[in-house]
Amino acid sequence: MQYEPVIGLEIHAHLQTRTKIFCGCSTAFGAPPNSQVCPVCLGLPGALPVLNRQAVDCAIKAALTLGCDVQPVSVFARKNYFYPDLPKGYQISQYERPLALGGSLAIAAGGGRRVGLTRIHLEEDAGKSLHEGFADSDRRTYVDYNRSGVPLIEIVTEPDMRSAAEAAEFFARLRDILVWIGVNDGNMEEGSLRCDGNVSVRRAGQQAFGVKAEVKNVNSFRYMQKALDYEIERQIDLLESGGVVVQETRLWDAAAGRTVSMRSKEEAHDYRYFPEPDLPPLAVDAARIERVRATLPELPDARRQRFVAAYGLPEYDAGVLTQSAALADYYERVASEAGNPKAASNWVMGELLRTLNDRGTTIGLVPLAPQALAGLIRLVDAGAISSSIAKDVFAMMYDTGRSADEIVAARGLAQIDDEAALVAIIGDVLAAHGDAVAQVRAGRQATFGFLVGQVMKASGGKANPKLANQLLRREIERSA
Amino acid sequence: MLASSARAIRDDVAAGRVSAVEVCRAYLDRMEAVNGSLNAFNLIDPDRALAQAAGVDRRRAAGEPPGALAGVPVALKDNLCVRGMRTTASSRILERFVPPYDATVVQRIERAGGVIVGKTNCDEFAMGSSNENSAFGPVRTPWAPDRAPGGSSGGSAAAVAAGGVPLSLGSDTGGSIRQPAAFCGVVGLKPTYGRVSRYGLLAFASSLDQIGPITRTAADAALALGVLAGADPADATSSRQPVPDFSAALTGEMSGLRVGVPRAFVAEGVDDGVKRAFDEALDTLRRGGATLVDIELPHAKYAIPVYYLVATAEASSNLARYDGVRYGYRSSRHAEQGLRAMYSRTRDEGFGAEVKRRIMLGTYVLSAGYYDAYYLKAQQVRTLLRRDYEQAFERVDVVATPTSPVPPFRLGEKVADPLQMYLTDVFTVSQPLAGLPAVSIPCGFVGRPERLPVGLQLTGRMFDESTLLRVADAYERMTDWHAATPPLWS
Ligand SMILES: [Zn+2]
Repeated sequence: MQYEPVIGLEIHAHLQTRTKIFCGCSTAFGAPPNSQVCPVCLGLPGALPVLNRQAVDCAIKAALTLGCDVQPVSVFARKNYFYPDLPKGYQISQYERPLALGGSLAIAAGGGRRVGLTRIHLEEDAGKSLHEGFADSDRRTYVDYNRSGVPLIEIVTEPDMRSAAEAAEFFARLRDILVWIGVNDGNMEEGSLRCDGNVSVRRAGQQAFGVKAEVKNVNSFRYMQKALDYEIERQIDLLESGGVVVQETRLWDAAAGRTVSMRSKEEAHDYRYFPEPDLPPLAVDAARIERVRATLPELPDARRQRFVAAYGLPEYDAGVLTQSAALADYYERVASEAGNPKAASNWVMGELLRTLNDRGTTIGLVPLAPQALAGLIRLVDAGAISSSIAKDVFAMMYDTGRSADEIVAARGLAQIDDEAALVAIIGDVLAAHGDAVAQVRAGRQATFGFLVGQVMKASGGKANPKLANQLLRREIERSA
Repeated sequence: MLASSARAIRDDVAAGRVSAVEVCRAYLDRMEAVNGSLNAFNLIDPDRALAQAAGVDRRRAAGEPPGALAGVPVALKDNLCVRGMRTTASSRILERFVPPYDATVVQRIERAGGVIVGKTNCDEFAMGSSNENSAFGPVRTPWAPDRAPGGSSGGSAAAVAAGGVPLSLGSDTGGSIRQPAAFCGVVGLKPTYGRVSRYGLLAFASSLDQIGPITRTAADAALALGVLAGADPADATSSRQPVPDFSAALTGEMSGLRVGVPRAFVAEGVDDGVKRAFDEALDTLRRGGATLVDIELPHAKYAIPVYYLVATAEASSNLARYDGVRYGYRSSRHAEQGLRAMYSRTRDEGFGAEVKRRIMLGTYVLSAGYYDAYYLKAQQVRTLLRRDYEQAFERVDVVATPTSPVPPFRLGEKVADPLQMYLTDVFTVSQPLAGLPAVSIPCGFVGRPERLPVGLQLTGRMFDESTLLRVADAYERMTDWHAATPPLWS
């Protein structure tokens, strides 16, 4: 029997705001436990939430990018349940009236099919229970509330994915976009991006959906595909052996490589949602949406296409350069300053990315200003230095922060264009390599290349290669 | 001095006729003297109060403006947070809780030169109408030692009535300022929802709770509201409506005023003596130049069930934070049985019976399958109730009812029958549901040989506390009910 998997995802993404969603505490990751807390995010008696406008704008940004309808009025709601990391005994979320509805995102699988989005809503994160790492961890759980109140969006997709690979691709693309627009840092280890999957299977050709299980804790690309594949197989095996799938929540156990039942439908929480009386409904007017829209960066796809069209770059180059917004920005500044998009592309994709890679750093931390790299390209284009010398200059610029002009002048690296000087160097080379000269005269072109190399070497790489070539040929003929 | 109004104290302190420290000492002595029989205070903090008073005197000596409440002793209901001062909500679960921050109203009072002297007893988490639901014992009305002072702000009202403080703050969710004010023969004002910041008020029902003053005169209520009112960036539900000069509104004038009387609503279940005092009060208003207009509030009869659905639903969520994890009481029995056992033991041992009853009721109201029938329906009726008032206010300026259908009842009289107790809230629950301001002022006495106070309640338009206070003040000028002192006074 053939089965078709049906997968929908729920993605929780931290919003990159400076402060928490309902108080002024910092959202920075990695601070000492419980050092970024206040009466509001600790849920002290009498404390009240006040909505962070920056978090709303961030969420709107994501919604607009994903083509959602931002709702003129959305309503915060309380999701009630008891857990030690939830200080108020409820999470402030949105329920019946979320911030945004609809939207979609294309995936390459299935020929650029679009995965529909159901909704995006705003909510607060909970604290973090620490079950391990303390001397008395066998008896106690500690709780760190630094994360309590960090702003989140939850993105819920339609059940539009038909394989674990599609789901993984969707998640990867979504991550890239959220990072690209500066809404999320994409860091799954630190928990700023989390994903749960809803999985069901149905017989091929069947219209109705099967019973679904929610798979929690699929927090890396690697686990995600494994976890979903495991769950699909588990459900198919169950049906094949005459069993039934029950609606439940399952947890991915990465160590064991399988999903395990966490709670059944009967044990599911009744969250007793109701509108949050401490916060007025969130009104978002058209002007605010337009203000946010104006801050949206060009999206990767659009930018890649523009790089091909406007700069005449090959698809491949454009793809590499639009890996991140920061890299694309850098490239565009180099290209416009240097007035040579193709050379800019070669330098950024070649020397720059290789150096970043070697040094284990990223474009965001590069010490070399795009204007400086453009200066180097201009020197090459003007014929002032050769490309091979330019590579050395690049390395020196990267390490010292000095400009190409300065380095070339200080080190005497300027190209030798003077005919008399070159003829003198060539004379020395010819005298030293009589055999080679004889071979060239006998018609061996490869040996001519050898002699050019010797001239470049004798000039310390500074000889104008084109001129050196001409003069060498002339001098060989003349000496015959 | 102890019979002085807050305003007179402020004027004397500002003029240097008396020091804030002298005022504070006198009131501290009075509080100690009456508290034994009233149990009105959960905490009196003489050291802090005297230090605050000394600060007021120092600032005055330095030539700084004295502030609208300079040197006025203020008692706070024990559900308002004061940094470093135990705040219990009269509950075991917070018996030792000391907040690390001040409520916005606390900041405003102290900035105005008010001197916070302590915390008053109340029904646990403000849930009750008799102050019998306090973990620290009931308060008594100073008018009769065996009777309830009303609730939930019973301690705040009793403290003012007994001359322990000229001004106290209460919170009102379904009448918790107005009903105890009526039972204790003092003035209690519930401002419009959003008029006063709730930041630092331990929430009972967030969409209903409002902080307000309890005083001996309408003029003092106006003075206090001026200090308390105004937008607060820490409370998203606080209103940006401009705050008028409430004291300047007290012209003594009520000619041309249209007073709505919902005859059908006040016809049933009202004690005869209360009815007589109410009719007499209406006569007084008419003599003052007001016109009485019969009005209808067709949905007012649903106010009690609607109130007990909305308030308990919100309460069940608001009180979830008292779980023994971060602060407050934690049961240590059978700790080895794990988290869920810790939760249920802590809450079972920490909360009193009425609080648990309301949490269970509210949890039920919000449960899957019942939400639409109860919570949603209640919210719809709430809208109808609001419309009733809007229509009434097209024809009248204020609405008059008794504050409570009954005079102060005996302690223990209604404890066994919560529904009977709930029904005594009949005139005070519709205003919070509609968000409207209302004031209770003394309007007579019933009973013999005991004299038990009766309250007249006036309800106003949204953000029109000025009219309420003007009418209350004008009424005071025509009567002397507010000047009567309870037997305990002498
Ligand atoms: Zn905080």
